[in-house]
Amino acid sequence: MFEKIKKPTEALLFSDLKSGSTLLIAGFLANGTSEILIDAILELGVKDLTIICNDTSYPDKGVGKLIKERRVKKVITTHIGTNPETQKQYINKEIEVEFVPQGTLIERLRAYGAGLGGILTPVGVGTVVEEGKEKILINGKEYLLELPLGGDISIIKAKWGDEFGNLKYYGTARNFNPVMALAGKKVIAEVENLLKVGEMNPNEIETPGIFVDYIVKGGS
Amino acid sequence: MEAKEIIARRVAKELKDGDIVNLGFGIPTLVSNYIPKGINVIFQGENGVLGIGEVNKDNPDYEVTNAGNVPIKTLPFSSFFDTFMSFTMIRGGHIDVTVLGGIQVDEEGNLANWIIPGKMIAGIGGAMDLATGSKKLIVAMEHTAKGEPKILKKCTYPLTAKRKVNLIVTELSVIEVTKDGLLLKEISPYTTLEDVFKKTEAKLIIPKDLKIMEL
Repeated sequence: MFEKIKKPTEALLFSDLKSGSTLLIAGFLANGTSEILIDAILELGVKDLTIICNDTSYPDKGVGKLIKERRVKKVITTHIGTNPETQKQYINKEIEVEFVPQGTLIERLRAYGAGLGGILTPVGVGTVVEEGKEKILINGKEYLLELPLGGDISIIKAKWGDEFGNLKYYGTARNFNPVMALAGKKVIAEVENLLKVGEMNPNEIETPGIFVDYIVKGGS
Repeated sequence: MEAKEIIARRVAKELKDGDIVNLGFGIPTLVSNYIPKGINVIFQGENGVLGIGEVNKDNPDYEVTNAGNVPIKTLPFSSFFDTFMSFTMIRGGHIDVTVLGGIQVDEEGNLANWIIPGKMIAGIGGAMDLATGSKKLIVAMEHTAKGEPKILKKCTYPLTAKRKVNLIVTELSVIEVTKDGLLLKEISPYTTLEDVFKKTEAKLIIPKDLKIMEL
C-alpha cells in the first residue's frame, strides 16, 4: 500500500513508458508541470510520443522540452502560440497537432476517468472543431458529441501529498492536474512536500490516493 | 493616445459594477488598467483563479498567476480552482463579459482569432468556450491590419465562434452587432465618418444619434 514512492525513471518504467506511448501532461504554460518527470522522459530516450496537454509551453520548459528534442509525434492541445518550436514543426509537417477547445479537452478527460461515453457541448459548433463529429439537437440547440479521451500515463504534480497518494494542490498550479489524475492508465505524481500517512487533513485532500500509482519526490 | 490605449479605455467603460470579466491576451489585458472609479469588477482567469489582483512585482509567486502566466496578487475573496471548475464557470454562463482580441469579425458577429492558415497558428485555448458561454462578448482590436480592413462582410479565416460577438471596439469606432447588421454607435474624436467607411469592408448602419467616443 505504501510502496508507491519511486525515482522518476523507475516510476516511468514501472508505468510501461515506451516509444509511441500516449502521455497526459498537466500544466498551464508549465505552471503545474513536473519538470523532474519531463527530464526523466528525456533521459529514457523514448520517442514518437503522443502528448495530451493544455499548451506546448515554451521551448525550454515543461512539454516544450519534449517537442524541442523531437520526442513528440502528435500533440492534442488547445494552444501552441507560446512555443515557436511547435509552430515551426507544425508548419513543416514534422509534428501532428490536434486542436481542442480548452473546456472540451478537460471534459473529455473527465469523461474518460468518470466512465462516461462522451459529453455534449455547444462549443465548436459552426467552426472547424465540429468536422467529423455527430451533432445532437437538445431543446432546439445544437451540441457536439465529444468522445472520452485518456492515455497510457498521466504526469501530474501536487504541492502536498502523502505516501498513500492523497494529493492537495496550490494556487494556479492546479489546472489540469486533478482531472488528468483520473484519465491515465497509470498515474505518476510529483509531490513537492511528501508527508506520512495521517499527516494530511482528509477534509483538504483534492485527489484521493487511489488514483495515484507512483509518487516521485519533488524539489522545491 | 495610442490605438491600444483608446481601445482599452473605451472597453473599460462597458463594464458594470459587479461584473465577472475574463480578459483575453493582447489588447484585452490592458482593459484592467482603465476601470472607471467606483466600478468594481471581478476578473476570472481560465487558468484557475477568480479575483485577480494587481501584478505581483514585489514578491512574485510563479504558481499564483493570471492566464498570461504573470504572477498576481490575490484579493480577500479570491479563489483557486482546477480547469474543470474554470470552464464550468465559463461554459455554464457564469461570466458576464469576455473581451477577446480579433483577427477578423464580420456582419453576422462571427469572430476569427486563432489561426491564419499557413502563417500564424496560436490555437484555440479557452477562446471558443469563452465566446460561447459568456453573457456578453466584446472584441477589442485595431480597426485594420497593415491598412487592410478587419471588419468584413464575411470572415475568411477559420472561426473561433459563430454569431457570438456583441460589440466591436476599435481605435476608430464602437460597433454593435444587431440582427440587422453592424450598427455604428460611436466614432473616435480623432477620425471622420469617411475614414471609418474607408477602413471597414462590412456594411455599417448609421444611426441618427451617432456619438463621439468618450475616452
